[in-house]
Amino acid sequence: MLLALHPTPVSFVCDPLCNAEGKRALHMTPRVVFPNKVLPYLLVAPQLAIVLVFFYWPAGQALYQSMLKEDPFGLSSRFVGFDNFRKVLSDPNYINSLEVTLIFSVATAAVSMCVALLLAVMADKVIRGKGFYRTLMIWPYAVAPAIAGMLWLFMFNPSIGTLAIGLRNLGIAWDPLLKGDQAMVLVVMAAAWKQISYNFLFFVAGLQAIPKTLIEAAAIDGARETKRFWTIVFPLLAPTTFFLLVVNTVYAFFDTFGIIHAVTGGGPGKATETLVYKVYNDGFVNLILGESAAQSVILMVIVIGLTAIQFRYVERKVHYG
Amino acid sequence: MNSRKILYFASALTSASFISGSALAVTEISWWHAMTGANNEVVETLSKEFNASQSDYKVTPVFKGTYPETLNAGIAAFRAKQPPHIMQVFDAGTGTMMAAEGAVKPVAEILSMGGKPFDKSAYLPGIVAYYSKPDGTMLSFPYNSSSPILYYNKDVFQKAGLDVDNPPKTWAEVRDAARKIKTSGAAACGYTSTWLTWIHTENFAAWNNYQWGTEENGIAGPNVELKVNSEPFVKHFQELADLAKDGTFKYGGRTSEAKQIFLSGECGIMTESSGGLGDVIKSGMNYGTGMLPYDTESQNTIPGGASLWVFGGKSDEEYKGVAAFFNFLSQTDIQARLHQVSGYLPVTLAAYEKTKADGFYEKNPAREIPIKQMMGKAPTENSKGVRLPNLPQVRDIMNEEYEKMLAGQQTAQQAMDNVVSRGNAAIKEAMN
Repeated sequence: MLLALHPTPVSFVCDPLCNAEGKRALHMTPRVVFPNKVLPYLLVAPQLAIVLVFFYWPAGQALYQSMLKEDPFGLSSRFVGFDNFRKVLSDPNYINSLEVTLIFSVATAAVSMCVALLLAVMADKVIRGKGFYRTLMIWPYAVAPAIAGMLWLFMFNPSIGTLAIGLRNLGIAWDPLLKGDQAMVLVVMAAAWKQISYNFLFFVAGLQAIPKTLIEAAAIDGARETKRFWTIVFPLLAPTTFFLLVVNTVYAFFDTFGIIHAVTGGGPGKATETLVYKVYNDGFVNLILGESAAQSVILMVIVIGLTAIQFRYVERKVHYG
Repeated sequence: MNSRKILYFASALTSASFISGSALAVTEISWWHAMTGANNEVVETLSKEFNASQSDYKVTPVFKGTYPETLNAGIAAFRAKQPPHIMQVFDAGTGTMMAAEGAVKPVAEILSMGGKPFDKSAYLPGIVAYYSKPDGTMLSFPYNSSSPILYYNKDVFQKAGLDVDNPPKTWAEVRDAARKIKTSGAAACGYTSTWLTWIHTENFAAWNNYQWGTEENGIAGPNVELKVNSEPFVKHFQELADLAKDGTFKYGGRTSEAKQIFLSGECGIMTESSGGLGDVIKSGMNYGTGMLPYDTESQNTIPGGASLWVFGGKSDEEYKGVAAFFNFLSQTDIQARLHQVSGYLPVTLAAYEKTKADGFYEKNPAREIPIKQMMGKAPTENSKGVRLPNLPQVRDIMNEEYEKMLAGQQTAQQAMDNVVSRGNAAIKEAMN
C-alpha cells in the first residue's frame, strides 16, 4: 500500500518527453503546450456528457415544447411557432407575476444582505468564541427551503402561531391568508432568513481580506468607527457585495419555489406568484404545457443574462486593495 | 473456501430462478394512488387481502404524492409509454381524464371482461353518474367518495345560547347562528368553511338547484359557459364577504385548511367534506353534524373524492386482473367495511343496506348524512355534477377572486363577474 503511494505523480501525469517539452515551453514562452490532441477532450468528456444530458437536452426539449400546443397526454399536438410566447407576454397575470418576482427578489436580497453584513461586522469584532458564533450563524443554510417555509408558516399562522398572537396583541390585523402584502412579507422573511448564512460567510471572508493596516491608519487619523466602515470597509467589500447581489437575485428568482409552495401557494389572489411558481402552476396544476414551457424558456434567458453579468463584471472587478 | 462460495452462488441462482419462475405465472397489476396516513393503510390492506384471496394476480400499490402529483406522474408515465394499470384521480381531474379518450379504458368495459356481466344498477346512482360519460358508460371506478356536510361545536352552541340538538338548516340560519356565536363571545369566530370552490360554488349550485354552467355543468359536453355570476351566487358570496368583515366568518385557505380553526375551537360552525369526520372525532370535540345548509329547498349534493382509472394499451390478461380486483372491491362486505372504517361513501347499494341493517347509523348518524343528501331526489341538470377539462385551473381562478373579495378589495358582484369572464376564457383556451 505504502509502495503504491510512493512513485512521483509527475510520471503518471506526463511521460518524460512531454515533461521535457513542457519545461522548454515554460522557459521560452509563457504558454504550456499540451501535445496530445485527444486526451484533453477525453478528460472533459464526462463533464461534457453531463452538461449535454442534464442541460442541453432538457433545454432543447423545453424550447421544442414551447412551440407546441398539446393536450396533457400528448395525444394531439401541433406546432404553433411563437404563439405561446405571444400569449404569455400579453397575459396580464404574467406581467403581474413579473412584478411580484421583482419586488420579492429585491426585498429578499436587500433584507438578507443587510442583516448578513451587520452580523458579519459584529462577528468580526468578537474575540472569544469567534468560531462558535460563526458556526451558529451558518446553520440555517442547511435547512431545506420547504422546511424553512413551514417554520415561518407555523410561527406566523394566524390561529396557532406564537408570533402571530404577539402581532395581534399589538393591534395588527395579521392575516396573510387574505392580505397579499402580509403574505409577501412572510415569504420574503422566510427566503431571506435562509440566505443570511450564505451571505454572512462571504462577508466574513471579505472582511478578513481587508488589510488591518488601512483601518488602523484611519483610526490614527481620527476616523470614528462608522466613518471607517463607510469610507474604507464598505467600498473594499464592494466586489463581495456585488457578487452576493447577483447570487441572491438568482436565489430569489429560482431557488425559492419550496418556500412559496409551502407558505402561500402563490396566494392570496396572485400576490406571491413568482415567475417560477407560475411555471409550475400552469404546467403541473393547470396542465397548459406549451405556455409553461414558453415561460421556462423566458426564465432560461433571464438566468443566462444574470450569469453573463456576473462573469463580465464580478470576475473582472474582484481585486482587493 | 472457493467451493463453498460456488455452492452459495449456485444456490442463490437457483432460488432466484425459482422466484422469477413463480412471478411469471402471476400477473402484476400496479395501482398508483395518493392516499396518506390511515387511508394509505386501507389501500395496503385491501391489496394484501386481494392478493391472498387468489393466486393469478398481484396488485402492487404505489404511493405517488398528492392528488395533482399522482395525476402528473400518470400523465408523464403515459407519455413515456409506461403507464400503471390503475391510477387514482381526484374529482377535479375527472374532466382531464375523460378528454383523454385514447389513453384510458372505460371501467364498464373492463368489469364485463371479468366474467360477470356489469350491472350498473348495483352502484349508488349519484356517484356513478359523476364518473360516467354523457351516454351513461361508466368510465372510472369510484373509490373514495364524500360529500360536504355541516359540523358544529356543541359546547360553543351551548355557550351562545343556541339549540344544541338542532343545527342550522338554511344559510340564513347559519349566518344568524354565526353572528350569535361571535357577539355572545362563545367563540372568536362563528363560521368557517373548507373548499369554497367545491362546497360554496359547485355543491351550493347542485344542492339549491341553481345553474353553475351550461351543458348540464359540463356533464353533457365540454363547451361550458359559467353562470355563477347570477343573483343567488352573488347574494350568497356578498353575505359571506360581509360576515368576513368583522371576523364572523373566517377564511382558512383554498382546500381543507379551515378544519384546523374549527378543531382548535376558534370557530363554532364549519362546512367540510364528510371525509373530514375522522379528524373531528379524533380531536375529542363535543361535536354535532347536520346536512349541508341550503337557501330555501334542497335538491341533492354532488360527490368529491377520487376514482380509479384504467390506462389503455395493456393485455387482456392484465385487464382481467383489474376486473377481478374491482369485483373484489365491490363485494358487499368489503364496501360496508370501507364505508364504516374510513368514512367514504359506499359504492354499492347493497353495502349501504347492509350497514343500515347492522344498525351502524344509529350510533354514527353523521355517516349517513352524505348518503341521504345524495340519494334524496333524482338529480336535475344542475345537480349531476360539475365537469371541465380544466376544472383545477377554473377552481384556481375562483379561489383568487374569492380571496380578493374576502380581503375587501372587490364586491361579490365583481368577483363573480371576474370568475365568469376569466373562467370562460380559460375553458375556451383549453378546448382548442
